[in-house]
Amino acid sequence: MNQNELYQQVILSHNKSPKNFGKPATFTHWAEGFNPLCGDHYFIYLTIEDDVIKNVFFEGEGCAISKASASLMTESLKNKTISDVESIIKKFHDYMTLSQGNLKDLGKISVLSGVKDYPARIKCATISWHTMKQAIETPVSE
Amino acid sequence: MDKNILAKIREDFPILGTEVNGYSLVYLDNAATTLKPKYVIDRLSKHYLYETSNIHRGVHFLSQQATTYFEEVRDKVKSYLHGDSTWETIFTKGTTGAINFVAQSFGSIFNSGDEVIISQMEHHSNIVPWQMLRDRKNIVLKVAQMDERGILDLEHLESLITEKTKLVSITYLSNALGTINPVDKIVKIAHSKNIPVLIDAAQAIAHITIDVKKLDIDFIAFSAHKMFGPTGVGVLYAKKQLLEKMPPIEGGGDMIASVRFDKTIYNTIPYCFEAGTPDIAGVIALGVAIDYINSIGLKNIEEYEHKLLQYATQKLSEIKNLRVVGTSPNKSSVISFVLDGIHPHDVGSLLDSKGIAVRTGHHCAQPVMEFFKIPATTRASISFYNTKEDIDRLADGILYVQSIFE
Ligand SMILES: Cc1ncc(COP(=O)(O)O)c(C=O)c1O
Repeated sequence: MNQNELYQQVILSHNKSPKNFGKPATFTHWAEGFNPLCGDHYFIYLTIEDDVIKNVFFEGEGCAISKASASLMTESLKNKTISDVESIIKKFHDYMTLSQGNLKDLGKISVLSGVKDYPARIKCATISWHTMKQAIETPVSE
Repeated sequence: MDKNILAKIREDFPILGTEVNGYSLVYLDNAATTLKPKYVIDRLSKHYLYETSNIHRGVHFLSQQATTYFEEVRDKVKSYLHGDSTWETIFTKGTTGAINFVAQSFGSIFNSGDEVIISQMEHHSNIVPWQMLRDRKNIVLKVAQMDERGILDLEHLESLITEKTKLVSITYLSNALGTINPVDKIVKIAHSKNIPVLIDAAQAIAHITIDVKKLDIDFIAFSAHKMFGPTGVGVLYAKKQLLEKMPPIEGGGDMIASVRFDKTIYNTIPYCFEAGTPDIAGVIALGVAIDYINSIGLKNIEEYEHKLLQYATQKLSEIKNLRVVGTSPNKSSVISFVLDGIHPHDVGSLLDSKGIAVRTGHHCAQPVMEFFKIPATTRASISFYNTKEDIDRLADGILYVQSIFE
């Protein structure tokens, strides 16, 4: 694959204008993800009601792959049940890190498929997903 | 260096013929590791093919031969650094190994409250060993500041010194910024208070003529792999007078004179600091790397690289929305930069798609990134086999990256 395919238009546009970007006024769950190796640094904020992700926002800085991946993720996980989200996260993770399965039935997220061929960039694509998993398990204290 | 010499030199590095993503390789990651000339590689294979043997104490031919070749490299190091019998060569695994050894051995005679001074532009390998010593012995680690050009603040350094200061440990050439530090002045400041100085020469070793006698450096550390030699080998070149006060850190074979269960007598310097079988082939090949540099001439290398760095700085400064990080007038071999709105990781990947190898990230100098308030930079680092065409390819590559992100 050519790098131009890595930096597809969808990825470039999500990098430029990420969806669900910013810190919401209220949220029930959150987590921070940081990769000290490249400085990718993201926060995920969730509103979970009745085991459904009612709202999801992210905030932070990083490379185009990491930002686009986070943006695409927030779009696709909104209004899904926790168990659906967990299985999507697992599918994404298994594909990226274990080369198992594919991303075909994950809609737009499949534009990230090519990242797998760049081992140095896989962590860029997965950081927000790890953070998402952590956020689901981390209710806001008090 | 004229075109013909350069062309001949490039032939010594077969790897330069590699194709990457359909382009001929432009290797601008020399600060991470330099390429290896075929003579170095041939020497490694010659050792393993025809000379394999363990060194020291062998009475048979191969062992004596390997011992001779191995020991000769101590003298090559001495000449390369312009030392004399005041200093001794100790072989280590690399710069990191050498600094850790000083921290553990020299550090073992420090007392609680004693101080070590480093700088804000150190590589992690000249930070973490001292933090570990701090945790072990309760020493104080002080950090000399730099300014926004990446120039070390000597006055601040001097102001940090107290009667508790036991060592000043500073890099000669910053791998993240390219700054050349004024080692002569640093040593003068420290020596005026009788404090020894450790110089991290990991980067300087392949780019700057180092005269330990003139500079009066106490400890100097470097890695073979950053000077066209193999990985896994490095040197601590140190004053014997200091080494005599330092205990061995690793025990085992080769570092002893005699072993009895009630009492073991250590071998003499430098052998007492080199426990176990070393990287024999690697050390011998380091000798060849030194010969190779000498055959080109470090003065010629310095001159050529200086012009090439100037050319690169000029060329990159013509690119819009590009900021060079590290703008000291006294620089060598490294040009670090950031592009507005484009993360270095993306820059590195897209340059790679054009066959250009650069490094992106914090370059094992996170405090430097923090100082400049950036997560990372893209770093191009040159060597004498790089050409103006390589720099042109880099500049074109950067424009290409910007066009993708437009
Ligand atoms: C300035 C500096 N110091 C120390 C090191 C560590 O060298 P090594 O990893 O070979 O031990 C490096 C390598 O990048 C360096 O650039």
